[in-house]
Amino acid sequence: MTDSKYFTTTKKGEIFELKTELNSDKKEKKREAVKKVIASMTVGKDVSALFPDVVNCMQTDNLELKKLVYLYLMNYAKSQPDLAIMAVNTFVKDCEDPNPLIRALAVRTMGCIRVEKITEYLCEPLRKCMKDQDPYVRKTAAVCVAKLHDMNPTLVEEQGFVELLNDLLSDAIPMVVANAVAALSEINEQRSLIEVNSQMVNKLLTALNECTEWGQVFILDALAGYAPRDEREAQNICERISPRLAHANAAVVLSTVKVLMKLIEQLPNDSDFITQLTRKLAPPMVTLLSAEPEIQYVALRNINLIVQKRPDILKQEMKVFFVKYNDPIYVKMEKLDIMIRLAQQSNIAQVLSELKEYATEVDVDFVRKSVRAIGRCAIKVEQSSERCVQTLLELIQTKVNYVVQEAVVVIKDIFRKYPNRYESIISTLCENLDTLDEPEARASMIWIIGEYAERIDNADELLESFLDGFHDENTQVQLQLLTAVVKLFLKRPQDTQQLVQKVLSLATQDSDNPDLRDRGYIYWRLLSADPAAAKQVVLAEKPLISEETDLLEPSLLDQLVCHIGTLASVYHKPPNSFIDTARQPLRQINNSASNHTAAAAADILGSASVSSAPQPAVIPAQDNLIADLLSLDIAAPTPGVSAGMSAAPMPTTGGDFDDLLGGIGGGMGGGADLSGLGGIGGGIGGGLAGFEDGNQAAAGNAGIGLSDWFGGSSAQTQGVQLPRQVWLDAAANMGLQLEGTVVRRNGMITLDMTITNKAMQAMSGFAVQFNKNSFGLLPAEPLQVNAPLFPGQTINVSLPCNTDGPVQRMDPLTNLQS
Amino acid sequence: MIGGLFVYNHKGEVLISRIYRDDVNRNAVDAFRVNVIHARQQIRSPVTNMARTSFFHVKRGNVWVCAVSRQNVNAAMVFEFLNRFADTMQSYFGKLNEENVKNNFVLIYELLDEILDFGYPQNTDPGVLKTFITQQGVRTAAPVPVTKEEQSQITSQVTGQIGWRREGIKYRRNELFLDVIEYVNLLMSQQGQVLSAHVAGKVAMKSYLSGMPECKFGINDKITIEGKNRAGADDPNKASRAAVAIDDCQFHQCVKLNKFDTEHAISFIPPDGEYELMRYRTTKDIQLPFRVIPLVRETSRNKMEVKVVLKSNFKPSLLAQKIEVRIPTPPHTSGVQLICMKGKARYRAGENAIVWKIKRMGGMKESQISAEIDLLSTGNTEKKKWNRPPVSMNFEVPFAPSGLKVRYLKVFEPKLNYSDHDVIKWVRYIGRSGLYETRC
Repeated sequence: MTDSKYFTTTKKGEIFELKTELNSDKKEKKREAVKKVIASMTVGKDVSALFPDVVNCMQTDNLELKKLVYLYLMNYAKSQPDLAIMAVNTFVKDCEDPNPLIRALAVRTMGCIRVEKITEYLCEPLRKCMKDQDPYVRKTAAVCVAKLHDMNPTLVEEQGFVELLNDLLSDAIPMVVANAVAALSEINEQRSLIEVNSQMVNKLLTALNECTEWGQVFILDALAGYAPRDEREAQNICERISPRLAHANAAVVLSTVKVLMKLIEQLPNDSDFITQLTRKLAPPMVTLLSAEPEIQYVALRNINLIVQKRPDILKQEMKVFFVKYNDPIYVKMEKLDIMIRLAQQSNIAQVLSELKEYATEVDVDFVRKSVRAIGRCAIKVEQSSERCVQTLLELIQTKVNYVVQEAVVVIKDIFRKYPNRYESIISTLCENLDTLDEPEARASMIWIIGEYAERIDNADELLESFLDGFHDENTQVQLQLLTAVVKLFLKRPQDTQQLVQKVLSLATQDSDNPDLRDRGYIYWRLLSADPAAAKQVVLAEKPLISEETDLLEPSLLDQLVCHIGTLASVYHKPPNSFIDTARQPLRQINNSASNHTAAAAADILGSASVSSAPQPAVIPAQDNLIADLLSLDIAAPTPGVSAGMSAAPMPTTGGDFDDLLGGIGGGMGGGADLSGLGGIGGGIGGGLAGFEDGNQAAAGNAGIGLSDWFGGSSAQTQGVQLPRQVWLDAAANMGLQLEGTVVRRNGMITLDMTITNKAMQAMSGFAVQFNKNSFGLLPAEPLQVNAPLFPGQTINVSLPCNTDGPVQRMDPLTNLQS
Repeated sequence: MIGGLFVYNHKGEVLISRIYRDDVNRNAVDAFRVNVIHARQQIRSPVTNMARTSFFHVKRGNVWVCAVSRQNVNAAMVFEFLNRFADTMQSYFGKLNEENVKNNFVLIYELLDEILDFGYPQNTDPGVLKTFITQQGVRTAAPVPVTKEEQSQITSQVTGQIGWRREGIKYRRNELFLDVIEYVNLLMSQQGQVLSAHVAGKVAMKSYLSGMPECKFGINDKITIEGKNRAGADDPNKASRAAVAIDDCQFHQCVKLNKFDTEHAISFIPPDGEYELMRYRTTKDIQLPFRVIPLVRETSRNKMEVKVVLKSNFKPSLLAQKIEVRIPTPPHTSGVQLICMKGKARYRAGENAIVWKIKRMGGMKESQISAEIDLLSTGNTEKKKWNRPPVSMNFEVPFAPSGLKVRYLKVFEPKLNYSDHDVIKWVRYIGRSGLYETRC
């Protein structure tokens, strides 16, 4: 009965042995053999060679064996599409089996086999199963539609499966409804086919009370996407779902919170109903903090959002966020964050004594954050600033290096919030000058010295001591140092002339950093032209810093509140910043190419599609072929290509990749032309000036977009022009749409681009910047877009490129494979 | 949705790997091993994002269970699912460890096929799963073992409204066991001030009832009791003193939440066998069973004196059990001399703690331990690292520290001929320590 024995066979010739066993007449032996095969598959051995033998075992009345064979099929069908066809008959037959469990099993497995030929045969059985009399089959069929849609969206639409799914929403069995709504939501995510309407919402609300916990999650998540027609409907939905807050499953609770938070927005702000509702929200969220630590973590990340959005909900609950000694570090850090957000005058005493306690813990990051939190309390609650500063001073006395550094950084902020109040402690800070070795702490200390230069007798000496190692400092420190010395000079011009000369020349003449240089020049000119004006500029009264510096941007916050419970709310990032939104058929190829730029871990992920599943032996379309070539450097070359490679001579000049692809181009196209390599995977990130004013998220998207487009569009031979692809989508990039392709013209790689302005305002000042890439690809001339681009306008530009730029060296990615 | 699910041993070897979606490929397995299991530093989050792929993990014993997704999935759901998956495995083959996972891998694959479809969690109730996924394949081994009725019964149960109970259960003796188990959590400052205290309670049931009984459960919840008082003519003072203010409660999926919301009645059709009916949390008027008063004095550079007084605070007629007080010591302790009035105490160098155990202790008693700790005279730095962890304790008392009382538990089964009176009911209260800590 112990299955572990199946894991232990490591003999050579194992595959052959298994083959014989699989073809054995004895049922028992057969089953044992299949188990061994599955065990090998689990540990990552390639047992695809046994495909025909395993499929032969499919015709069995033993359910356990059948399930194992199906499992094998799902794993390897893609690599053996022709053989997989053999299984179709059995599937179709099983879909008619009198036993509903077998019918469901067949349709479930069939959906998981991603082979186009099988998909064709799936439609009829699936249609039948969706109308099956047994609810178990229907609920399985509902999910199967989502599977089919993932493979072939048009087929699903053409065959009318969406309508059938829609019908299942009225099913009498709640679980069928739940699965149907889950499938519909997923289909809608890619293309809105069915609008959630109030009739549907009613059905869902009815099913909600009776389905499994997971079904409730699907339904609630779907409800979150619905916008009620009016207040009354919103209130009605709130009333009907709020009992879910008492569910034992944290996902149900959080999804309910999500829907409620969204609907509250639709209700008039001051109504009693809202007060009642918000009162109901707090207890279940607090309860989540006694769940497993992982769930606590998800809950805390979400509470962090909720506290920012509606601070009153949890304002009374400070105590539950006190850190426990045994909490995992990730829970501790999150609790600390929320404590600061909830800190106010009434509870500050408690919070401070807790924070002081935490500042003596062992974990460095946690201690740092605690120290920083003390500073933030001081800034947030004025009445407590005195005590906070006192506490920080005590902590500085401990002389623990990182505590001191962190304390210096926050004290700088306190000075900025309450000028002329706590300067008496500067002397204590100066005593610790030598221990500061982190840039931020050094910069903060230098800022303090410069700001209060007139009160520190030896300020000039202190600053001078930093100057010796000026070029070794971090930019942040250099900039601070420059400003501080200028401040000192303006305050005490008599004895610091030399010092200021020295720092200005260091900044302007010896430095390569443009920021530093520019700042140096500005100061220099200001000082030489009009010292009085310089004084006004440099020593101008600074605005006080605000209380909350780390709040999320309101628009992002609103977006995240709509994603409560999901990964977006855990990362505090919009979904498109960490997942691939574009799920095109080419997706897989894109992935493997874009992984060039990703970290080592990414390469492991990307390469598998090639290594575990060799490409089918069909001649792919042009761009496919090239995309395949691109995955070359990730995995072992496919036979056809390696022939091409050996045929071409390998010159030794230029970048490795140039040669490699040039060789392939030669072997493939017959000419010696370098098939336009378009900087494959080089990640020409960033810089179209059109979105320079955008927020970080937009810039992030641009980078992502660019690295993605290399997958499909990178190369072509002379005379053939690839259709333009959308590189940057207007929706994700502040209205700037960029389509383009790579061509080879007059022996030069040229980017042909179409820029469309879909925003409300005119765009101008276009520029393009290439990241350092593996091909040394650089624009040969600046991007020529002269006139501003008005809304709705489109312009075509081409940008010739050279390949003599700096080359980003990349180790051959094959090294990563073990 | 969930794209794949992997189970690893502590070395990072894959024991189970099931991929549900095309966007996750097998080498994600390695990415997780390299970057999380073999990561050098401490794990900073249960969710890791690598190359646009998110990895969720929980650790049970020496086994890692990891779910992978490339979509914006419901993270709470994934973790709930992982925990449920682990529970289901445990209910099939006991402890979750490498050995057992290997021994049952076929079963686990079968389970994974059933409870997760295209990454969507399906019915995960072990009770229901056991009706058609059997450990030995007993039911499925014979050619046509199941009658047609049985088949449809299984499917209707998996998908049905009462997915947690099958029909036609019969017992000769109808019995109900009800345990009110409470975990008292306390964080007390050195000065004896309660920083935070709450009770996390649960009502655990074992029901052996025939048919499809409907149960009603009543507790001395403040809202219900006060609602009653307004209607009746009871003395309000007396009643509200006996009532407990529940901050929040959660119920097993069998409880009709709508009914609770409107009428505050806990009404349900129970699963067969063991289950957790409800969980609740209270923060007001908690009767703390023990008070710990630590006194730490550093007498010299390499000597410390610790005295801990333990006071029990409940009815003298009751007995607390399994009392254990854990007093942390600095890592550079070289020796400890102990004197305790009651029980046994021992210094455990490996755990850096003095453990003081008392088998039984009555209410309103007091006991004390004093220790002299010799310290190695090491450098200053190491001494600083010891941050005086709190004194913690464990115990078990035979009452509910929150004050919760079961008022009634009624059983109705209209179709079978047994009434509420025929059911034998057992009620038990247990108060245990959760995190019960006093700073020193």
